[in-house]
Amino acid sequence: MSVIATPARQSTGGISARTVNRIVIYGLLALFALFYLMPLFVMLVTSFKTMDEIQNGNMLALPQAPTFEPWLKAWGETCVGLTCAGIKGYFWNSIKMVVPAVLISTLLGALNGYVLTKWRFRGHTLVFGLMLFACFIPFQSVLLPMATILGSLGRFGVTLRNATGFSFGLGNPTVNLVFVHVVYGLGFTTLFFRNYYEAFPTELVKAAQVDGASFFQIFRRIMLPNSMPIFVVTVIYQFTNIWNDFLFASAYAGTGDAMPMTVALNNVVNTSTGVVEYNVNMAAAMIAALPTLLVYVVAGRYFVRGLMAGAVKG
Amino acid sequence: MTTVATQIKLTPEHNARPGASMRSRLQDALPKIVLAPSFAITVVFVYGFILWTVYLSFTNSKTFPSYAITGPRAYQRLWRWTFESDPPSSWYTSITNMGIFGFLYISICLALGLFLAILLDQKIRGEGVLRPIYLYPMALSFIVTGVAWKWFLDPGLGLEQTLHQWGWTSFHFDWIKNKDFVIYTVVIAGVWQASGFIMAMFLAGLRGIDGEIMKAAQIDGATTFQLYRRIVIPLLRPVFLSAFIVLAHLAIKSYDLVVALTSGGPGGSAWLPSNFMYEYTFKRNEMAVGSASAVIMLMTITAIIVPYLYSELRERPR
Repeated sequence: MSVIATPARQSTGGISARTVNRIVIYGLLALFALFYLMPLFVMLVTSFKTMDEIQNGNMLALPQAPTFEPWLKAWGETCVGLTCAGIKGYFWNSIKMVVPAVLISTLLGALNGYVLTKWRFRGHTLVFGLMLFACFIPFQSVLLPMATILGSLGRFGVTLRNATGFSFGLGNPTVNLVFVHVVYGLGFTTLFFRNYYEAFPTELVKAAQVDGASFFQIFRRIMLPNSMPIFVVTVIYQFTNIWNDFLFASAYAGTGDAMPMTVALNNVVNTSTGVVEYNVNMAAAMIAALPTLLVYVVAGRYFVRGLMAGAVKG
Repeated sequence: MTTVATQIKLTPEHNARPGASMRSRLQDALPKIVLAPSFAITVVFVYGFILWTVYLSFTNSKTFPSYAITGPRAYQRLWRWTFESDPPSSWYTSITNMGIFGFLYISICLALGLFLAILLDQKIRGEGVLRPIYLYPMALSFIVTGVAWKWFLDPGLGLEQTLHQWGWTSFHFDWIKNKDFVIYTVVIAGVWQASGFIMAMFLAGLRGIDGEIMKAAQIDGATTFQLYRRIVIPLLRPVFLSAFIVLAHLAIKSYDLVVALTSGGPGGSAWLPSNFMYEYTFKRNEMAVGSASAVIMLMTITAIIVPYLYSELRERPR
C-alpha cells in the first residue's frame, strides 16, 4: 500500500514533484542505512588495523595494510582477567552451553505446545498464561534464589564426588547455565509451538486417534514432520538469546575457566592493565558476534519471524 | 502391543477389562504427565523464586541470605533514597535514568521505526537489501553493541576525533565520559539496536492494511499526510501496543548494555535499576536492598504485562 508515489502527483515541467519525492526518500533510507552499518563497519576495519594506524589514522579509513594479527591474538593470546590464552576457550564454553540448552528447551517447548493445543484440559489457558508471564519477568527477581540453589547443588556435587568419584555435573558452571537457560527459555519455546500448533488442523490429530495412534505416535508421525519451520524459528531464537546472554553468565559463571563468550569479551575490553589494544578488542567483539550474525545472514527470515512471534501473541 | 491397547481404548466397553483400563487411563493422563515437568519447573523456579526474593527483601540479609524477618527496612531505605537527589543516591540515579532511558528509548524507537517502515513501504527498489541492514543489530548481543559504541563515542578515538581530523576542530562530544549525559549514550546504542526490529513490526502491520481503504481515501481527496495521520496510523494501533510492550520490557531488563558501554558510567551515573540490583546484591553485600529493588522492577513489569497478556489470552477463546 504505497501512497506517496501516486501517479496523480506527477506534475509536468522540469523535475517532477514525484522525482524530488523519490530522491528524498532514497536519500533518507540511505542515510539510515549508514547509521546502522557504521558501528559494524568501524569495528570491522579497526580489527584489521595495526595499533599504529589506529592511533594516527582515521577511524573510518580502510586499513592501509590489512593484518590478521589482531584476530589471531584475540583468538589465542589476549588476556581475559589473568589468563592469557585468548578467547577460544570461552568461545567453546558458549558452544557447549548453547547447544544442549537450545535442544532441550526446544524439544520441551514442542511437547508443551502439542499438549496445550491438541490435548487440552481444564485450566490450560491458566497454565499457558503462567508459563508465558515467565518470559517477561526481569531475571533480577530470580537471580539470587537461583544462585543459592546452584551453590547448594555445587556443594552436594562435591559430596557426591567424594563419595562416588563422580559429581553428575552438579556444580559444573556450564551445566548450571544449561539448566538456567532451559528453565527460563521454556516460556518462549512453549509460546512459539503453541501458537504454531494452534493453527494445525485438529482433525488430523483426531483422525489419527481414531486409527489408534498413541500420544507419542501422533507427535512423532504427524506433528513433528510438519513442524520444520517453527523448529527453525525456535532454535534460532533460543540460540541468539542464549549466546547473547550476559546477566546469567556473569552471575553464575562470571569468573574462572567456564565463563561464556559474552563475559569473556567484557573482561577483555575492560582489562585496564597495559596498553589497550583496540584492534584486538574489536576482533574479539567480532568473534563474539559472528555466530549470531552468521545465523542472521543465513536464515534472516526465520530470525525475524521468531522475533515477531515473541512479540505478538495470541 | 501398543496397537492392541489403543484400539481397546477406543471401544466403549474397554472399562470392562482391568488391564486395558489401566493402560487407557495412562494414555489419558499422558498429556498432563508430559506437561507437568515444565509446569512444575516454572512454578518452582519462577514463582517460587519470586516469593523467595520477596521474602529476602523483608530480612536484613547482607552478604549471605538471612531468614529472620526484620520488616520492610529495605523498602524504607529505598523510599528514603528515592528523594535523595543532592548528592544523588544510587537509587535516585537509577530510577531517574530509568525514566529518561525508558521514555526516550521507547518513543524514539517507535517514531523511528514507524518512519522507516513508511519510507520502506513506498515501493522501494532495494528493499530486500535495506531491511536486513536496519535489522541486523538485533542479532548482536548488548555486549558487542556496547563495545562497538563505546569505541565510536570515545572522544579520543571515535566520532569526535574523526571530525577533528576532517577539520571540524570545535566539535565536542564527550557524553560517554560526562556523568550528566552518559545515560543518553545508552539511549543512542539502545535505539540503534532495537529500532530496526520495530521498523519490521510496523512494516508487517502496514502490509496487512487493506489497500481498498487507502484507495477510497485517496479518491475522497485526502493528502498523503492526512492519509497516514487519519487512517494508517490509527489502524496500526495493535502494532503500537505490541511494540510498546516489547520495548518496555527490554528497557526494564537492560543491564548488559550499561555494563558494556559505560561500565556503569562515572560514579555509577549510568546505572539502571537492573544494575543497582546487581551491584547491591553481589558487590555491595546489601542483599535485602538488592532484593527489594528486584521486587520493584518486577512489579513495574507486571503492571504493564499482565493486563496485556490477560486481554491477549482472553480475546480468542477457541
